[in-house]
Amino acid sequence: MFYGSSLSSFVSDCNFLANFPFKATRLSDFESYSPLFFHVDFDILLLVKWWLCGGRFITFAFTMILQFCFTLINFHCLISLSLSVSFSIFLASFLSSPSTANSCNTHFSGSLSVQFSGTSQLGEGEMAQILAPSTQWQMRLPKTSTFGSPVATKMWSPLVLKQNRKGAAKGSGKFRVLALSENSTVNRLEKLLNMDVTPYTDKIIAEYVWIGGSGIDLRSKSRTLSKPVEHPSELPKWNYDGSSTGQAPGEDSEVILYPQAIFKDPFRGGNNILVICDAYTPAGEPIPTNKRARAAEIFSNKKVVDEIPWFGIEQEYTLLQQNVKWPLGWPVGGYPGPQGPYYCAAGADKSFGRDISDAHYKACLYAGINISGTNGEVMPGQWEYQVGPSVGIEAGDHIWISRYILERITEQAGVVLTLDPKPIEGDWNGAGCHTNYSTKSMREEGGFEVIKKAILNLSLRHKEHISAYGEGNERRLTGKHETASINTFSWGVANRGCSIRVGRDTEKNGKGYLEDRRPASNMDPYVVTSLLAETTLLYEPTLEAEALAAQKIALNV
Amino acid sequence: MAQILAPSTQWQMRVPKSSTLGSPIATKMWSSLLLKRNMHGAAKATGKFRVLALQSDNSTVNRVEQLLNMDVTPYTDKIIAEYIWIGGSGLDTRSKSRTISKPVQHPSELPKWNYDGSSTGQAPGEDSEVILYPQAIFKDPFRGGNNILVICDTYTPAGEPIPTNKRHKAAEIFSNKKVVDEVPWFGIEQEYTLLQQNVKWPLGWPVGGYPGPQGPYYCGAGADKSFGRDISDAHYKACLYAGINISGTNGEVMPGQWEYQVGPSVGIEAGDHIWCSRYILERITEQAGVVLSLDPKPIEGDWNGAGCHTNYSTKSMREEGGFEVIKKAILNLSLRHKEHISAYGEGNERRLTGKHETASINTFSWGVANRGCSIRVGRDTEKNGKGYLEDRRPASNMDPYVVTGLLAETTILYEPTLEAEALAAQKIALKV
Repeated sequence: MFYGSSLSSFVSDCNFLANFPFKATRLSDFESYSPLFFHVDFDILLLVKWWLCGGRFITFAFTMILQFCFTLINFHCLISLSLSVSFSIFLASFLSSPSTANSCNTHFSGSLSVQFSGTSQLGEGEMAQILAPSTQWQMRLPKTSTFGSPVATKMWSPLVLKQNRKGAAKGSGKFRVLALSENSTVNRLEKLLNMDVTPYTDKIIAEYVWIGGSGIDLRSKSRTLSKPVEHPSELPKWNYDGSSTGQAPGEDSEVILYPQAIFKDPFRGGNNILVICDAYTPAGEPIPTNKRARAAEIFSNKKVVDEIPWFGIEQEYTLLQQNVKWPLGWPVGGYPGPQGPYYCAAGADKSFGRDISDAHYKACLYAGINISGTNGEVMPGQWEYQVGPSVGIEAGDHIWISRYILERITEQAGVVLTLDPKPIEGDWNGAGCHTNYSTKSMREEGGFEVIKKAILNLSLRHKEHISAYGEGNERRLTGKHETASINTFSWGVANRGCSIRVGRDTEKNGKGYLEDRRPASNMDPYVVTSLLAETTLLYEPTLEAEALAAQKIALNV
Repeated sequence: MAQILAPSTQWQMRVPKSSTLGSPIATKMWSSLLLKRNMHGAAKATGKFRVLALQSDNSTVNRVEQLLNMDVTPYTDKIIAEYIWIGGSGLDTRSKSRTISKPVQHPSELPKWNYDGSSTGQAPGEDSEVILYPQAIFKDPFRGGNNILVICDTYTPAGEPIPTNKRHKAAEIFSNKKVVDEVPWFGIEQEYTLLQQNVKWPLGWPVGGYPGPQGPYYCGAGADKSFGRDISDAHYKACLYAGINISGTNGEVMPGQWEYQVGPSVGIEAGDHIWCSRYILERITEQAGVVLSLDPKPIEGDWNGAGCHTNYSTKSMREEGGFEVIKKAILNLSLRHKEHISAYGEGNERRLTGKHETASINTFSWGVANRGCSIRVGRDTEKNGKGYLEDRRPASNMDPYVVTGLLAETTILYEPTLEAEALAAQKIALKV
């Protein structure tokens, strides 16, 4: 009875004795109780004690044992019970988990059922957890391991990688299977890619780059050199399998590579280099697709050397989505809004692929390419960069290496590069490769007359130039979209619809340069630059032809 | 510096290891570990998401981010200058970059440039060159190093400002001796709305529906109340880095709407700083895959519009007895209400309804601590007898050159006739 009436106070150590209605404390009162009573209460109490002990057998056993001992030595029954319970629970709290200790402590402090849950633990490596509007995202500040000491360079921090891999596992199936190996191997490829081997060896890697059989595809392979080099002449000649690139028959397939220009390798870092080469037969003759050899001849002609020809080439290119060959940022199966907002624009709805353009800019600066600027183009997903001013044959070398670097960057980004002059038919701009050109005479006083003479020569050789200015150019040079018609030669000041454009500054100063707007984005810069030099410096038209042409084009001013 | 992905897919914000350590060996080691995580997060996105970030099928490791963050200072003296100008709509910013042979300190060291005006609606095709005059330099938060952003304005080859060039007129006003003596200060509160890509519905709003009514969102925190804080915070730091005089940010009343304040700036600087901050904001939202809108009333109905309140004071207003100068200025402004309203942004009539903390577009009113007025004067100003006034009429798509120039012109250079002045004083004093 008295147990039932005070069950709530029973559990409270402090309140128990105070609130207990039963006031008799004389031992004699209890001596009359038969052992039977003890056993009846024992059953009820079992449940209570079990609950108090948090369901743990060992604590419960302690309770029973201690209680028995206390009753044996004739303590007040209830006192002995409470003492034994408290004592055993305190003991047990040292043996059991903290959560139980928490709950028991709260019992003693008076509350009934407050249960602490285990403290939440932050995952390893996560400094802060911030929730996004509709999903969960995590900001992580990984530990940096970039200490200066050589020991540190050998230490690779694996902590971040594991998280990486789990992130990779969430990717879709066609995603980079490489990163998701089922044998739980840590993927440290990127470290190896970026490793600076300079402390370990003097050897460098030279990537020999050449132009393949189509005239627009770039090929490359790498070799080890025993020590760093400064000049292409220090590099050995090499060879490759021309039958695999459509440049030699199978039974006589060796094509020899002559190194021509060196650039720093932005992908390998260190002292590693990219080498632009051109291709020769074993006998030493340039193969038909080797346009550089002829350009080099023209640029070593004394007349041309004296005039110091400068070239500024504006290479436009289009980025396509992988697998669908539809421009980057365009909805597949549809079209974006019409041209207008995209030229030089910023914003997620107007600019697609800026990262490639910006990464390419820095990579070219690193490599030593004479890159002079970039901008977003009129068609969405189209970009442009400019290389120059370069003297003579350098212009071609720099453009080809910049194209190679661009191709490598788009490879990493999973985007397809195209140099097609008219990637999308209809009211969409094409891609060109406007070539700005000047000679010493054009840049000096009275240069504007020299420019006009040059334009005259160019008008007489319009067909030869057009045929060398890129495959598919007829789809681009329509007369619309800031181009001149392919069959008509025209020139004008600040007129973007002409074949040759002369800037307002040039007209005003009486000297400057001209811009040949005819070349397509897939032109070969060796061909175009050397042809411009040849036509304007080496070509001498007959006087009648000259007079006719002057009359003809002067009308179009 | 940081790559932020759009909200409806997995968010990842990464702080890449800075490679700007002193030792030459360390600068050659590029921090690459973070890229992989980014890439995989992007793969989760739907096909319409930024395809750029996807991994290519041929298992090439994507190290484009390293190239983007590369510090080329050890390899070359050359810097990249991003020339920024305002396009044909008067609200679109355009930019292109060029290499400069060595670092520069002052805009006068930078060469003039030109661009194809026919592609931005600013010149005809047969005479398309528009000349860019560099006017202000800021550090480039996206390229780092010594690279810069350059705010330019646009001129014909003959040297005349083209019609969309509002800076020129503002510069003239601000070089007027009277205006220079008064040292005009501007604090501009630019509000903007973030929209989800492809659906043009505000960020965080359920597509096809609406969020709960306004109330919990102003300056709120929490995934159910604050949408796009990362863009606001990233923008804050980027502007501080760039050298823009950004003075604060807050979340706005409409969910998905934010505000930042630039100021106090003197004269023409206010316009330059606002335009550069808008460009940086556009670049950040481009990276985040979120569309920025400066429309003054993006969503019709019981949703706040976006304004560009302009706080303004002159030397006289800030000195003893300034409150009278402020009242005189308000008088002048009341007389030129129509001219100002027509220059305060396209579409403002959808916003200035008289509700949602705006004054009606047709009525000029002023009051102390009254957010429903055209001009609001703070309680501090009234108490101290000096301070500044807040013109609450400009819309978020206003041109700061126009607004600041007009405020200076109307309050310092404009002299109304005495009768007009008396009439106006009577009219608006009734509304004190």
